[in-house]
Amino acid sequence: MASFSTNEFKSGLKVLVDGDPCSITENEFVKPGKGQAFNRVKFRNLKTGRVMERTFRSGDSLEAADVLEVPLQYLYYDGEHYHFMNEQTFEQYVADEKSVSDAKNWLKEQDVCNITLWNGQPLMVTPPNFVNLTVTQTDPGVRGDTASGASKPATMETGAVIKVPLFIDEGEVLKIDTRTGEYVSRVKE
Amino acid sequence: MGSEASWRPATTLEVLKMRAAMTAAARRFFNERGVMEVDTPVLGAATASDLHIASLRTHVSVDGPKAFYLQTSPESAMKRLLAAGSGPVFQFARAFRDGEAGPMHNPEFLLLEWYRPGFDLGALMDEVAALVARLLGSEIPVERMSYRQAFVTYAGIDPFAASLETIAELCRRSGFREALEDRSAGLDLLLTRHVQPALSPGCVFVYHFPADQAALARIRPGDPPLAERFELFLDGVELANGYQELNDAREQRSRIDADRARRRERGLPEVPADTRLLEALAHGLPDCAGVALGFDRLVALNAGIEDIRRVMPFPIDRA
Repeated sequence: MASFSTNEFKSGLKVLVDGDPCSITENEFVKPGKGQAFNRVKFRNLKTGRVMERTFRSGDSLEAADVLEVPLQYLYYDGEHYHFMNEQTFEQYVADEKSVSDAKNWLKEQDVCNITLWNGQPLMVTPPNFVNLTVTQTDPGVRGDTASGASKPATMETGAVIKVPLFIDEGEVLKIDTRTGEYVSRVKE
Repeated sequence: MGSEASWRPATTLEVLKMRAAMTAAARRFFNERGVMEVDTPVLGAATASDLHIASLRTHVSVDGPKAFYLQTSPESAMKRLLAAGSGPVFQFARAFRDGEAGPMHNPEFLLLEWYRPGFDLGALMDEVAALVARLLGSEIPVERMSYRQAFVTYAGIDPFAASLETIAELCRRSGFREALEDRSAGLDLLLTRHVQPALSPGCVFVYHFPADQAALARIRPGDPPLAERFELFLDGVELANGYQELNDAREQRSRIDADRARRRERGLPEVPADTRLLEALAHGLPDCAGVALGFDRLVALNAGIEDIRRVMPFPIDRA
């Protein structure tokens, strides 16, 4: 497996730290004029999402993590695992609850998600920034109260509950920003 | 530095003007004090033997190709001038160190270096503080603190008494998980990690370094022996490094030999011993104190810019 020296470290580089795949977020060169040079490096652990800091002697190296991001189509949930498919090769991937995490709120069959693979296994699932989902349940709103910005909860087909304007009815399709979990607009089918 | 065209300077015109004004003010400062400006070559047949300084090597065709080094500081050449009887000298010198790049480092940078025959470390610290105040155009608080006191106060250990295990444990807690090569590497890490960020604003001179960090400074015998060396930190940024200059040729020779042996052990590039410097010391270097100040850093601090590459017209990525 390839490795990277501290002078190749840059934001976004994927390396192994204590056996875990990590993405470098910051790399600072620190050196007293006459002294040992160090690199102070911040990482995001791609398994846990935690950010940590380590210091290395400049010139030391870390093993590259075999991490890549691929667009995969979401197929279905079997009650335990989430199934995805590469639309070019038809190769299928199985992701567990942990790697899907909060993305499960926005997974709609046939939508294409970005999946981070580590050694070929799904590590993290990132839904599209915007998804269109159907409202399965919401209480009737009060007509004519569209300007006040008042909202009510609505349950979407994926089970996610979001705040929507009062004029939204069941069966409507809504555009949702998955990064914030917020309602964007109604979608005219 | 974004998508800006890379032919353009990395500085603003305002910063360039500040830089020019500071250069002119430094020249006036030394002129008033009878310190002569010199300019010594960037190319040298020898170079620094320090383990932690990487020299750039090139070839020049004189009587066939011959190896030369881009100087990592003008120290050797200026000491040869002093030995030849120059009296006090200063220089704006281009210096080169391979592999050093970051907000506080560029592989090519500008040193303001000067030597004062007859000065001791204290007199030189006073002069450095006076120059810095002049170039910044304002009075700044000045503090002096021994290396030991700085570590006791800010890192919670006595750097001379602490065991290697204690130092290694502190480094480990600071996120360093490799084996320490030596004591001074551990202390370097703790200095940058715990001491530097905690120093008071303004000028703080840290003096009396461990003997194994003496570089080209004299060592005062004692228990522990102390390097007659200081470093100036301005607002926590390492700005200048000064020595009571070693002028014992034999001691200098043994330090260079020791560096060269450790370079071989660690697989670092070999460098030739600086025999001309050794001959000059043998001839007689007057008792003097000398200091090198990172001029780009001082300009950056004055301009309130946190990256020296934005006070250089063309840093390495635009060179």
